[in-house]
Amino acid sequence: MPILTVDGIEVEVPAGATVLQACEAAGKEIPRFCYHERLSIAGNCRMCLVEVKPGPPKPQASCALPAADKMEVFTTSEKVKKAREGVMEFLLINHPLDCPICDQGGECDLQDQSLAYGRGHSRYDENKRAVTEKYMGPIVKTVMTRCIQCTRCVRFAQEVAGVEEIGAIGRGENMQVTTYLEHAATSELSGNVVDLCPVGALTSKPYAFEARPWELKKTHGIDVMDAVGTNIRLDSRGRQVLRALPRLNEDVNEEWASDKTRHAVDGLVRRRLDSPYVRRDGKLAKASWAEAFAAVKAAADAAGSSVAAIAGDLVDAETMYAAKALLRAIGSDMLEGRQTGLAYDTSSIAAVNFNTTIAGIETADAVLLVGTNPRWEAPLVNTRIRKAVKRGARVFAIGEPVDLTYPVTWLGNDAALLGDLPQAVTDAFGGAERPAVIVGGGALKIDGLQAATLALVETLDLIKPDWNGYNVLHMAASRMAGLMLGYAQDGGIAAVAEKAPKLLFLLGADEVDFTRFGGSTKVYVGHHGDKGAAAADIVLPGAAYAEKAGTWVNLEGRVQRGERAVFPPGDARDDWSIFRALSETLGHTLPFDTLAALRAAMTAEVPALGVQGLAGYVWGVPTLPSVPVSGTFGLPIADFYLTNAICRASPTMQRCSDEIIHGHDYAEAAE
Amino acid sequence: MLDDKDRIFTNLYGQQDWGVDAAIKRGDWDDTKGLMARGQDGIIDAIKASGLRGRGGAGFPTGMKWSFMPKESKNGKPSFLVINADESEPGSCKDREILRHDPHKLIEGALVAGFAMRARAAYIYIRGEYIREAETLFAAVAQAYARGFIGKNACGSGYDFDVFVHRGAGAYICGEETAMLESIEGKKGQPRLKPPFPAGVGLYGCPTTVNNVESIAVAPTILRRGAEWFAGIGREKNQGTKLFQISGHVNRPCVVEDAMGVSFRELIETHAGGIRGGWDNLLAVIPGGSSVPLVPAAQIIDAPMDFDGLRELGSGLGTAAIIVMDKSTDIVRAISRLSYFYKHESCGQCTPCREGTGWMWRVMERLREGNAEIGEIDMLEEVTRQIEGHTICALGDAAAWPIQGLIKHFRPEIERRIIEKNGAAPYAVAAE
Repeated sequence: MPILTVDGIEVEVPAGATVLQACEAAGKEIPRFCYHERLSIAGNCRMCLVEVKPGPPKPQASCALPAADKMEVFTTSEKVKKAREGVMEFLLINHPLDCPICDQGGECDLQDQSLAYGRGHSRYDENKRAVTEKYMGPIVKTVMTRCIQCTRCVRFAQEVAGVEEIGAIGRGENMQVTTYLEHAATSELSGNVVDLCPVGALTSKPYAFEARPWELKKTHGIDVMDAVGTNIRLDSRGRQVLRALPRLNEDVNEEWASDKTRHAVDGLVRRRLDSPYVRRDGKLAKASWAEAFAAVKAAADAAGSSVAAIAGDLVDAETMYAAKALLRAIGSDMLEGRQTGLAYDTSSIAAVNFNTTIAGIETADAVLLVGTNPRWEAPLVNTRIRKAVKRGARVFAIGEPVDLTYPVTWLGNDAALLGDLPQAVTDAFGGAERPAVIVGGGALKIDGLQAATLALVETLDLIKPDWNGYNVLHMAASRMAGLMLGYAQDGGIAAVAEKAPKLLFLLGADEVDFTRFGGSTKVYVGHHGDKGAAAADIVLPGAAYAEKAGTWVNLEGRVQRGERAVFPPGDARDDWSIFRALSETLGHTLPFDTLAALRAAMTAEVPALGVQGLAGYVWGVPTLPSVPVSGTFGLPIADFYLTNAICRASPTMQRCSDEIIHGHDYAEAAE
Repeated sequence: MLDDKDRIFTNLYGQQDWGVDAAIKRGDWDDTKGLMARGQDGIIDAIKASGLRGRGGAGFPTGMKWSFMPKESKNGKPSFLVINADESEPGSCKDREILRHDPHKLIEGALVAGFAMRARAAYIYIRGEYIREAETLFAAVAQAYARGFIGKNACGSGYDFDVFVHRGAGAYICGEETAMLESIEGKKGQPRLKPPFPAGVGLYGCPTTVNNVESIAVAPTILRRGAEWFAGIGREKNQGTKLFQISGHVNRPCVVEDAMGVSFRELIETHAGGIRGGWDNLLAVIPGGSSVPLVPAAQIIDAPMDFDGLRELGSGLGTAAIIVMDKSTDIVRAISRLSYFYKHESCGQCTPCREGTGWMWRVMERLREGNAEIGEIDMLEEVTRQIEGHTICALGDAAAWPIQGLIKHFRPEIERRIIEKNGAAPYAVAAE
């Protein structure tokens, strides 16, 4: 543990820390462009120069210099000040003075640092450099003349995203950052380079010229595009969410977000349900709330207790609890959330949880993937597995081979392999201290697969002190909360269909096979005019995730709360309040008038939902009949960019899908 | 003047064959096994005692550099010797003569030096433009393998040693030692951050020493003739013989081996046939390749040509590539051309060099025509100071020094052009 002084302040830093980190520990601000905590050290911007004794008489790049015992660091000396002014001047001579038309304006490192450390005037009289435009896909807008060649984007693509598609070509002042052959970067994390770019070279294409950062209201939210529960900041102006940015949460998303998380928000203002609808003569017609409620009441009176509720992938715990409370008052407990027909056993929630935790999986040393494509099902879990691989973990997979950005031993696409794992796998797991199995949420549809994978807990010895290596990777943001609230029937949705409920509440459920519920009166409570609304008899407009305060539980059982960024459009209302109002109409008034009261009631029933953080499920293995498994795994996500109603309404996601998923076909057709 | 018997490079001019038989006749590969039998430490001590300083420009003691290599492999990683044959410094052309006329001196040196530093193999990184030289080198290495001089049980010593020749692709920056390692590894030639130094983490993450061709090629002869012989030539701390490359306005430009510390006048008179138009016609000399500051005629004429002697003049020996300029030279244009070279060859990795070299060149171009203001000379000087010492590698320094030398010694010439171009400058009148 070296002890050194920074401007006379003594600090102790961990061995291996850099001088820059020591300066930060001493509370000294060190300007930087190329340095980023989560990327490798490049040391190329030269902005972080400090004076170090003992050492050569020239200033040293603090980001790359290891802190050593008895070192004296000076961050405010005249020499350092001159060095920073010099570097700043060099950075600015070829940087265009187009801040007024630059989207980075107001949140630009170069602006901020030139104000703080620059000279205030330029001595450069020559012509400035112009750089030809590059193409980086539908997410990233480029103005490469503004690039200061810090290579953060290059390092992100290589190190975190795992796609070697961004690089620098040319040399000297002609060095240019570009994508491979100027194709769109085929990464589901490409939007992060926009955050990383310290200048306005890479900005968000969908958000171009939309707003200035100081106009925006910033609200903390939780993302619902997958089950990771990315912590996001929703930036809104007026009634529109203009962008979603990741918030720092080391346990969940670090500081990354997938492209879907960032850019599906433009779907929030399209295809919205902004008024109740009632089906008349086979067509959905606009109605008032009173008319719609009357229609529901008529159906409910006829249904008696033959009522069911199916939760969609995006709903919050509060909505599910309100619906559950209403059904209970009516006298039914037909609740289901697994829309696509999964019917795995849920008697032990821990047995369908991501038990290593998201942050924990990066310490795994042997990983077996069963019927999953984490790159699409949970991109930020995939980056963690990639980290584990970089630390030396071996990854095996059963399923359809896909490019996961790290080396994987594909064992074959046959569930029967689970009963007869190859020697290489058992050897690797035998020597592993932190072995992990990741079962895809979609894979669980194979009969007996849950039992077969749970058997691996024993055979591969997945449980160690402080370590549980059995993981199920869900894809729906509502899944874990739904399971905690009892949105699971024995036999799954098929069992619900069998009972042929006369009245069916669809809580934003769009992926259900509606033909199975031909005899039910379907009430859709949701926010987008997608498949669910199209199949419904009565539509009650609700709020999307950005428009309500809600609780979500991510795939590792982490309870998280998001706040309301904007209000839902038109006549749409908070989902829970719809059920509260409806309950009065139906004569079963629910006992909560506020969200706080609802949360209190919900917490009384499921205490874990009242405390943010890991829910702490108790590990237990359900007794399941052991049947021989066989069959192949499909990929549950056919198109990463179009997995739910919000992204399907988003023009940006549509374009990503066209270009990145189907791009090849398009290019060939054009030839 | 160096006696003929003291010359190391006896086929510098290619009057004899470069091949292995001719090389053996000249004394190469003579009891190399015996040289190696002195042991690793014995060889390093002899090189240290000889006072050999690196011939690539910086003049770091070669024996000491070799001794930095680990004596035992940690974690099983091998060590490597990398030989820098990416001779791209404007004015420098000595390694070329070794590569094409005396390649076996280099290969034998690689074996001896590689053995001394416990290296598994040597990589010779040869400049991409040296096409014939590379052909010769490839053939020479093949000859050495065929004779069993290198490879398994090299020279019968029981030591396994490989020599790989790697061709560059024409980037000056790949002559910087860590950029060279990147290039050999197949990456973009950009210098690495130091620390870690190559002796700790070098080629493919293994301990590596990077040496110049000449430093390696002289090693076997030093060992054969003894450290005292080599140390007896030249001056204290600047011992031995050196290949000088004399170009520019002399009557007979040449590459010649002479003792370190020979005076400039003697060197030029003896080997290059004097200055074109006589000594009074000498304007300035760049004594060590394009990256060292120039020295005006009066200071250089009787200066000793070695590391310390030229440092005292505010310049350096560099690679001993002596560029002589007589009074017909447009000195501002000459330095401006060098600035263009550095602008062109900057790798673009770090800010001061990437942005600064272009800026300096553009200002130099205007100064050349006098299309500037007097104050811009000081601004240019300040810009060079902003680059010097602020970059990852020494290319930034190398780009700054020639301009600093120009401004230091020829400021009146630059000012004259500006005043001439602008007519009688008002402030000039005011100053009178």
